[in-house]
Amino acid sequence: MNGAQDLGGQHGLGPIAPEVDEPLFHAAWEKRALALTLAMGATGSWSIDTSRHARERMPPADSLSSSYYEIWIAGLERLIVEQGLATADEIAAGRSLAPPAPVKRVLAAADVPAALARGGPTERPATAPAKFAVGDVVVTRLANPHGHTRLPRYLRGRPGVIERVQGVHVYPDTNAHGLGEAPAWLYAVRFAAEDLWGADAEPATAIVADLFEPYLRPR
Amino acid sequence: MTASPRSASVTAMSGDHDHHDHPQHGHSHHGHPGSTRADTHDHGEGSELSPIELRVRALESLLVEKGYVDPAALDVLIDTYETKVGPRNGARVIARAWSDPAYRDRLVTDATAAIAELGISGRQGEHMVAVENTAAVHNLVVCTLCSCYPWSVLGLPPVWYKAPPYRSRAVAEPRAVLAEFGVELPAGTAVRVWDSTAEMRYLVVPMRPAGTAGWSEEALADLVTRDSMIGTGLARDPAGEPEPRA
Repeated sequence: MNGAQDLGGQHGLGPIAPEVDEPLFHAAWEKRALALTLAMGATGSWSIDTSRHARERMPPADSLSSSYYEIWIAGLERLIVEQGLATADEIAAGRSLAPPAPVKRVLAAADVPAALARGGPTERPATAPAKFAVGDVVVTRLANPHGHTRLPRYLRGRPGVIERVQGVHVYPDTNAHGLGEAPAWLYAVRFAAEDLWGADAEPATAIVADLFEPYLRPR
Repeated sequence: MTASPRSASVTAMSGDHDHHDHPQHGHSHHGHPGSTRADTHDHGEGSELSPIELRVRALESLLVEKGYVDPAALDVLIDTYETKVGPRNGARVIARAWSDPAYRDRLVTDATAAIAELGISGRQGEHMVAVENTAAVHNLVVCTLCSCYPWSVLGLPPVWYKAPPYRSRAVAEPRAVLAEFGVELPAGTAVRVWDSTAEMRYLVVPMRPAGTAGWSEEALADLVTRDSMIGTGLARDPAGEPEPRA
């Protein structure tokens, strides 16, 4: 979807502001926001794709005026309600008003190191040969999907070249909506800056993005 | 190349960034290792808390009461990223690649496996790619769609990496962005921007500074900054100045 998360090439968003000796967290609540997001992810109630889609549905004006951890907390609240783990009233009250829903697992402190070490690999066995090889010229799909996609607007309908074949991975466009992992070949696709930005491109510049086979057709 | 569970996934590091906490209004009980969260929906101090602090505390109280999260696990999660996983991990990888040509070859061929050789793997580093800077090409990493970042080697991303200005501009005017970070590339150096749109995570291998022949890996690692592994910086010059490129 063309939410506020899809930022490539936008203008007017202000200066980049690196901080000298930036702290890892800027407030104590950010630590809790991080940990709550990871711990709730570990319950297995949703995928990373579903959680990204929850965040990108934040109204654009709110999203652009929120810090990243604020966006995470809003996304987490949305997921909790949508997945039936708590109601909006319970979130507003900060306490339980009904019995809990079952979750697949609860992350125990002792299991944190192993869970983080395991992570969430997205590579899956191939069930069909890759359609493209390194050096192939492709064109990205022109589309305007309402749902989740990892094909950014600035890369739609553009010519590119296969730079790397990355294996078969969970397809976010279906997985975000609970429609299955539908694993698809993933490619690093290289675009000349001129093919994205025309005469405004900087010289000798290429952009490479990881794009799924359904986003691509041969040229 | 699917990552398998590895017990030695995180490696103790000392900060390349610092870990100052900035307690808000003295409520430093947030984040104390070992403290319980069950009392976070407490009374009598709400007026001192900002709306977002109240909101997060309320959410944590609810999720603990529901039994979905273990408060002790939250503390371990925070401690992991405050003290165990950070850019020192990535610096060890880079220093090894600078020191050992065979390791460098393995790193650019299968970064996930090569990084795992050093005991480093895990969340947001399951599928790694190493991209090497040379005199001919400079690599820069961004995530225009969210905040994808190689946590296993760099830790948590800085705010600017997650914020709209960098995410919008890095793909459209990377040389201008690099200049703002103090990186002026020679005209003959091509720029390659990696937009992390899927689950591959990118680690830039910066150029080894001149004048470091014979240096130990430990000494070399001290020259490897976080930004040099994102591509918004260069490795430190041994004399303490940015590596000359022009």
